[in-house]
Amino acid sequence: MSIAAITGVGVVAPNGLGTAEYWSATLNGTSGIDRITRFDASSYPVQLAGEVSGFAAEAHLPSRLLPQTDHMTRMALVAADWALADAAVQPGEMPEFDMGVVTASASGGFEFGQRELENLWGRGPEYVSAYQSFAWFYAVNTGQISIRNGMRGPSGVLVSEQAGGLDALAHARRHLRKGTRLVLTGGVDSSLCPWGLTAQIPSGLLSRSTERGRAYLPFDAAAQGYVPGEGGAILVMEELEIAKAGCDRPIYGVLAGYASTFDPPPRSGRQPRLRRAIELALSDAGVVADDVDAVFADGAGVAELDRVEAAAISAVFGPYGVPVTVPKSMTGRLFSGGAALDVVAALLSIRDGVLPPTVGTGRPAPEYQLDLVTGAARPGTVRTVLVLARGYGGFNSAVVLTAPQV
Amino acid sequence: MSAFTLNDLITIMRRCAGELDEVQLTGDIADVPFQDLGYDSLALLEATGWIAREYAVSLPDDVVTSIETPAELVAFVNEKLDRAA
Repeated sequence: MSIAAITGVGVVAPNGLGTAEYWSATLNGTSGIDRITRFDASSYPVQLAGEVSGFAAEAHLPSRLLPQTDHMTRMALVAADWALADAAVQPGEMPEFDMGVVTASASGGFEFGQRELENLWGRGPEYVSAYQSFAWFYAVNTGQISIRNGMRGPSGVLVSEQAGGLDALAHARRHLRKGTRLVLTGGVDSSLCPWGLTAQIPSGLLSRSTERGRAYLPFDAAAQGYVPGEGGAILVMEELEIAKAGCDRPIYGVLAGYASTFDPPPRSGRQPRLRRAIELALSDAGVVADDVDAVFADGAGVAELDRVEAAAISAVFGPYGVPVTVPKSMTGRLFSGGAALDVVAALLSIRDGVLPPTVGTGRPAPEYQLDLVTGAARPGTVRTVLVLARGYGGFNSAVVLTAPQV
Repeated sequence: MSAFTLNDLITIMRRCAGELDEVQLTGDIADVPFQDLGYDSLALLEATGWIAREYAVSLPDDVVTSIETPAELVAFVNEKLDRAA
């Protein structure tokens, strides 16, 4: 069976534009969480977010694309460009049906959608942009990346909230196994407009704190919800043997295992299924718990969800059995972009032999029995990493990444 | 003197649908098909929507499939304007 290698990454994150800037900030514990500036959020119960700053779409994209794209699509297109450049892939030189695009999406282009709905109700149907016909769709990032790069192979979009970033990668791997040569995958999201934020608030999971450094505290006894963020990552996935044949190209690592499970309904009395997702992903990768050097946790920052995740990790690895980290504590939760960005961070940890810290959380709640990386980055050999992601409504996904075999 | 000129159209196209990096809206483009200028039917739908609002004319939706070049669109809009006058 073919082996899925990651050969290029493109990052747009609240604490760094581009892979180098993001990784350096992440290892230094530099957070991108701050007051919402995109709109006046002063009357909202949620005041903080991880906004991508310094992103000027017109510097990266032709003006032809600007009127028809939401902010999140512009970021996705640029992340895709950077990932392709990183992998030294020229899409124009490959057969168009050999390349696919599979991204995750959680909400679609809400900022664009809100503006046009305001036009519809405030000024009349003749003022609604023709591009509203697709610019706010779940599948729009996949479609625009496909069109811009002439990629006409198997493509799609996965919608499973935060779990989507991992589900997309797994679906990309399925396409490789069926013979597609290259798949651009990952997720980039943004819902930081009044409509997007308002839609999230009723979940009750968002932090209402206005203290930048204390708002999002995964696994802390004082956890009070998560901070929303925007951005994410796009990755180039290729079959390992093909990837090896291209000289001078990085191979970041291999997507060795994956599994997803779905939680039982609330109050059913049945157990959550995250632990099962971990076990199935390890088994799919052909590794055992002892092989895993680190876990990049979902880190909801919500007591009940943190408890479930800590219990699953402890059950599989033993109490304090594996280093755990939550670099998204520096970006907020990026919806479909979060897990894709975690995968990039995990691959860079493998490359550099260092785990980024979890910021904010000083010490995890003792009952969780977690070896959480806090305070500063932790050096060490990293060859196998487990990345976890959960999506609102019961989605659990787990991915095992391994160092590229030489 | 036409009420709606090629320059007016170019201004609107730039504002509502942008330009490609490789095809600029300069020189004699009056008879260059929209397709070759990088505008699909959706871009034309967007542009005709703007023209309809700014010039207070009604343009049928099928104009985007029946008209192929900027010169044809300019002529069509002027015909509508004349008729309305």
